Amino acid sequence: MSALTELGLAEARDGLRAKKFSARELAEAHIAAVEAARPLHAYLCETPEKALAMAAESDARLARGAARPLEGLPLAIKDLFCTENVPTTAGSRILEGFRPPYESTVTANLWRDGAVMLGKANLDEFAMGSANVTSAFGPVENPWRRQGDNRPLVPGGSSGGSAAAVAARAALGATGTDTGGSIRQPASFCGIVGMKPTYGRCSRWGIVAFASSLDQAGPMTRSVKDAAVMLQSMSGHDPKDSTSAPLPVPDFEAALTGDIRGLKVGIPREYRLDGMPAEIEALWQRGIDWLKDAGAVPVEVSLTMTKYALPAYYIIAPAEASSNLARYDGVRFGLRVPGESLDDMYEATRADGFGAEVRRRILIGTYVLSAGYYDAYYLKAQRVRALIARDFDEAFKSCDVLLTPTAPSAAFAIGEKSDDPIAMYLNDVFTVTVNLAGLPGISVPAGLSGDGLPLGLQVIGRAFDEETVLRTGEAIERAAQFTAKPHFIAGRA
Amino acid sequence: MALDKATVARIASLARIKVTEEEQARIAGELAPILSWIEQLNEVDTSGVAPMTSVVQMKLPMREDVVNDGNIRDKLLANAPQQARGFFAVPKVVE
Repeated sequence: MSALTELGLAEARDGLRAKKFSARELAEAHIAAVEAARPLHAYLCETPEKALAMAAESDARLARGAARPLEGLPLAIKDLFCTENVPTTAGSRILEGFRPPYESTVTANLWRDGAVMLGKANLDEFAMGSANVTSAFGPVENPWRRQGDNRPLVPGGSSGGSAAAVAARAALGATGTDTGGSIRQPASFCGIVGMKPTYGRCSRWGIVAFASSLDQAGPMTRSVKDAAVMLQSMSGHDPKDSTSAPLPVPDFEAALTGDIRGLKVGIPREYRLDGMPAEIEALWQRGIDWLKDAGAVPVEVSLTMTKYALPAYYIIAPAEASSNLARYDGVRFGLRVPGESLDDMYEATRADGFGAEVRRRILIGTYVLSAGYYDAYYLKAQRVRALIARDFDEAFKSCDVLLTPTAPSAAFAIGEKSDDPIAMYLNDVFTVTVNLAGLPGISVPAGLSGDGLPLGLQVIGRAFDEETVLRTGEAIERAAQFTAKPHFIAGRA
Repeated sequence: MALDKATVARIASLARIKVTEEEQARIAGELAPILSWIEQLNEVDTSGVAPMTSVVQMKLPMREDVVNDGNIRDKLLANAPQQARGFFAVPKVVE
């Protein structure tokens, strides 16, 4: 059983086609792994019957030689994607009991291509968080532990359940969403691959909206190749999302040629932060050396606005969130707390239904959009955002991709940083610029910290050039030879 | 900028989130450091820079103005906390 959950996504695909095992066997092994992984609290909802029904269809198709691209491959879905008639909570009490009457485009694409649904993955409430501790249903535990220290660690966030499930071998892959780093940072903390594609590559239709100009879906897997395979199915133009790019989707798996000779790799000098741990600095240098050994050419570049990216983000994202989350009013779906008047009902519902971090961000967003402050905060942030995008445009005149650390630290203990919002926000210092500029980025596990925790390196590319990002990511993966496994693996005694 | 209790009460009311009197001071204390951290942006010279409105350089597509969905009333009402005669029901609004 455990052998089947150890396979990569692409390996499992090839094994199914070679009839080495059935989709049912693969689904059963994963259903057992999902159960065994319950102590991590990575799943909010398990859908074993759905998985078996989908696997049966897959076996029938495999038998008649009509396999679809993801035929029979069991996946976890971040509980931010609406799944028809399957509870979708966004990690919030305000959506408890909500069963969407429709399917998000990204998940519909996955099922169209034959994937098998294991369940819905835990996350920070409305994807607002960097440690998966804001989930109304309780935190997720990272399957990794520090050497000689048994304290439970955070998986990162907001796609923390997705990352923990994939790392613990309780899914072959998972969907995530990334607004400021919510795919890449948890991927780094859990020792897996996480990719945020270009804004517009995957449809946002049916994903519970956080900050619409920043949100983007992407794959979380145990290898770069698996990410390429999964992204292929997730991507594509969708008329239901007006910001979805009407562009053809390249063959991502075919982009993994292993050849990065002559590739110019930008090293942004402003990413050398004061007080950055020496081991992260050293890992970054190793990454540069690996790419150089593979024939790439490092070049120093400057992203002058780096320091201002997080403050700009914490105006833009809460502003958009305060607008997007206005829909949770106790009228059409979700929680309602009775009140004497309509306004009273709204206020009581939203006070009870939203957790502290979500309330905080709605209030910040309301403040920066309110009369008299709009120009000083919101428009100022949008001007800084234009400068951040300009920085990248300039950098990409002299390089093809950028290489940076993914996060400024390894995973930390549950409870740490929880009383200091700004310390928590700083987790996204290396990832958030990419969202503000709408670019693709990938985190690839590249080494271990001194106390044995995974650390990721991030590759950032030009808009709609996921192919080069994936190819570079694979070169890092090959050089890093990251084979370390977490302390907790589902189903292993 | 320092944030006072009255401002918290005002934005909470705009956001339709009930905040008790005791909570106002605590929230003002929580938001103030975040806002002063955000105000670092004032160091940046943005004169002559147009605010970014979209990360993708594309024109918003237009579609035909036709009904392409609908007749799903019961599906839409299925998640409502309260419904009556095929409508969403809310507390009485007219005084």
